[in-house]
Amino acid sequence: MEIKLIGSSSPHIRSDETTQKLMLDVIIALTPALAASIYYFGFKAMVLVLASVASAVITEYFCQKFMKRPITVTDLSAVVTGILLAFNLPAEAPWWIAVVGSAFAIGIVKQIFGGIGFNFLNPALGARAFLMASWPHHLSGGFIDPAIDAVSSATPLSILKGAASGQLPSLWDMLIGNIPGVIGETSAILLLAGGIYLIYTGTIKWIIPVFYIGTVAAIALVFDGGNLAYHILGGGLMLGAFFMATDYATSPVTDKGKVIFAVGAGILTMFIRKLGGYPEGVSYSILLMNILTPMIDKYVRPRVFGVATGGKKNEK
Amino acid sequence: MSTKLFTFKGGVHPPHSKSLTQNVPIEEIPAPNLVVIPLSQHIGAPCDPLVAVGDTVKVGQKIGDSKAFVSVPVHSSVSGTVKKIEQRPVPGGAKVNCVIIESDGKYEVHESVQPKGDLEDLSKEDILSIIREAGMAGMGGATFPTHVKLSPPPDKPIDTLLVNGSECEPYLTADHRIMLEMPDLVLLGTKAIKKALGAEKVYICIEDNKPDAIETLKEAAGNEEGIEVVSLKAKYPQGDEKRLINAVTGRVVPSGGLPMEVACVVENVGTVATIGNAIKTGMPCIQRVVTVTGSGVETPKNLYVRLGTLFKDCIEMCGGYKEEPGKIISGGPMMGIAQYTDEVPVIKGTSGILVLNKKEAQVPEPSNCILCGKCVDACPVNLMPYKISRFSLLRNFDGADEYHATDCIECGACSYVCPAKRPLKESISVAKKEILTRRKKAK
Repeated sequence: MEIKLIGSSSPHIRSDETTQKLMLDVIIALTPALAASIYYFGFKAMVLVLASVASAVITEYFCQKFMKRPITVTDLSAVVTGILLAFNLPAEAPWWIAVVGSAFAIGIVKQIFGGIGFNFLNPALGARAFLMASWPHHLSGGFIDPAIDAVSSATPLSILKGAASGQLPSLWDMLIGNIPGVIGETSAILLLAGGIYLIYTGTIKWIIPVFYIGTVAAIALVFDGGNLAYHILGGGLMLGAFFMATDYATSPVTDKGKVIFAVGAGILTMFIRKLGGYPEGVSYSILLMNILTPMIDKYVRPRVFGVATGGKKNEK
Repeated sequence: MSTKLFTFKGGVHPPHSKSLTQNVPIEEIPAPNLVVIPLSQHIGAPCDPLVAVGDTVKVGQKIGDSKAFVSVPVHSSVSGTVKKIEQRPVPGGAKVNCVIIESDGKYEVHESVQPKGDLEDLSKEDILSIIREAGMAGMGGATFPTHVKLSPPPDKPIDTLLVNGSECEPYLTADHRIMLEMPDLVLLGTKAIKKALGAEKVYICIEDNKPDAIETLKEAAGNEEGIEVVSLKAKYPQGDEKRLINAVTGRVVPSGGLPMEVACVVENVGTVATIGNAIKTGMPCIQRVVTVTGSGVETPKNLYVRLGTLFKDCIEMCGGYKEEPGKIISGGPMMGIAQYTDEVPVIKGTSGILVLNKKEAQVPEPSNCILCGKCVDACPVNLMPYKISRFSLLRNFDGADEYHATDCIECGACSYVCPAKRPLKESISVAKKEILTRRKKAK
């Protein structure tokens, strides 16, 4: 029998994991927190998320079309970026902020550098920094306090900082998210649940979230012991530690590198919170560590099996 | 006895896919009308033919040999007449000189095939000579001449022998069935090698997905001095010799070095059983167990095949193709070699014939590396596959070398886990070959 066979190098089987499945898991993990923010902030939050996701996907599609690259919107990474960007906006932000932000995240931060895997900053955080610089009043004001259903600009961390006046919410409210803040940083417990889901499914490793939150906790304990819980539950720490700092392309690949990255982000976060001009430091600390990531990956390498010390080449 | 599970760092968990054949007893099949016996079925110098066209040969008769140390003879697996000696394709991909014998169907045994007597009466040298004369080469797939491996230089004494029955490749069950059905031969071979090496300790290493084989060999080994059956966590590539040594003894074979650097020798359980047979009956390596399996085979089986039988004859004995085959692989799906024809012979290193259907055989379309690091976690050697692959694809082989491309064992775990379906192992292999060639040239 004359048969036509496929000849290719081994291995001849592949796992059924795909980029799309990984991204879908991230979306699943974000869903409880998303539902909570719609519960707390209502229709406005939903509009922002939808506008942001739509803008991210459409921008990705057209960028790839113009750059004559394969269209990869089905890998769902743009959807993740869209949700994460919206999560960084106050509920009162106008819808076009979400659209412009997502377009910047995908077009400038991601596609110009080569698309998925080649961005040097977390796209959502890069875009947040851009929006913060361009329309600061839309980004740092217009929080809604779900407890009184009114606009407020006093987040727990800004009260802590003394930048705003008001009563600190109860820890229970902090935990379930009944506090003013950006869309995605409200319910610490649901973000934690999503993060645990990601670790359980193997989508992310535990190292970055644990070392990041641990570092913040340790520094807060030493310098601001009384407000320890507010430092951990408040602001974007949960969102940042589980969903932003773990971004594959912009965090180190090796376990040791991840530890350095997470501890660095933790120190920077507390540095900004305690000494910097902003009440919150999660996003800038991650962005700064993003920039250091290529260097960490260059110098921190796993020790090759059977190679004597320091990863020196085996001269033969 | 210890119930400790041994393992190594890294690795992957592909579906075992062994249920197709793991409970199917070994079935001896007759040789086809024509057998094609390559004169080079091992690593090392090819043999020169000892027979000419028209000669009659018998089962077990030596038909090729070489004077080189790193080489082993080949024997006829049938009785009959030599029809041709010519170049034919073999599972390794190249064409090599083959002796083509027409079988008379009688399987008359050659007079040189005589039992070698009691192991107690055999000296170390006797055993090594029996092993060489039986044409023994690593039957796990690497086909390195066994007597060479068992003759380490005097400054490298061996204290530990590891009999490798881990069979970590998915689909394959040949070694599993050998352990279940020929435990006495495994034990005899083990004792012979132990004696030849002067090793104090023997571990028979089996993955914990084969509890029946662990049980059978524990029973067979009984209270045998210095022989212990150990179970290993089922994880790919546990069967790689450096992973095995590390898991069981904790020793680390240095980069670029051989197991003897840490006083170990690893032998595949199929090799060991064949050596046992060569001592018990005198029959050299002319037959082996081959798992014929996969979605493309009508009735997957473990066959006891006379060497030189073509793949298509083996598949025929399993009811033929179930559907149009997409890929025919010599060996397992992780490290096996895809064939371009089914007219290649079964040789000493053919552990399996895996037929995948068209759909399974498709090579997936790669997308961007997302830097998830799963390849780094999977690599049993602790390499950074995505980096080496990137260098290799840019033809920057110095960069690949700096990241230790030559330490790659080509197990394919990185490509297996990659969610972006990138050709990681494939491109690292290219870099490895290129670097080794350059080093040779530089010398």
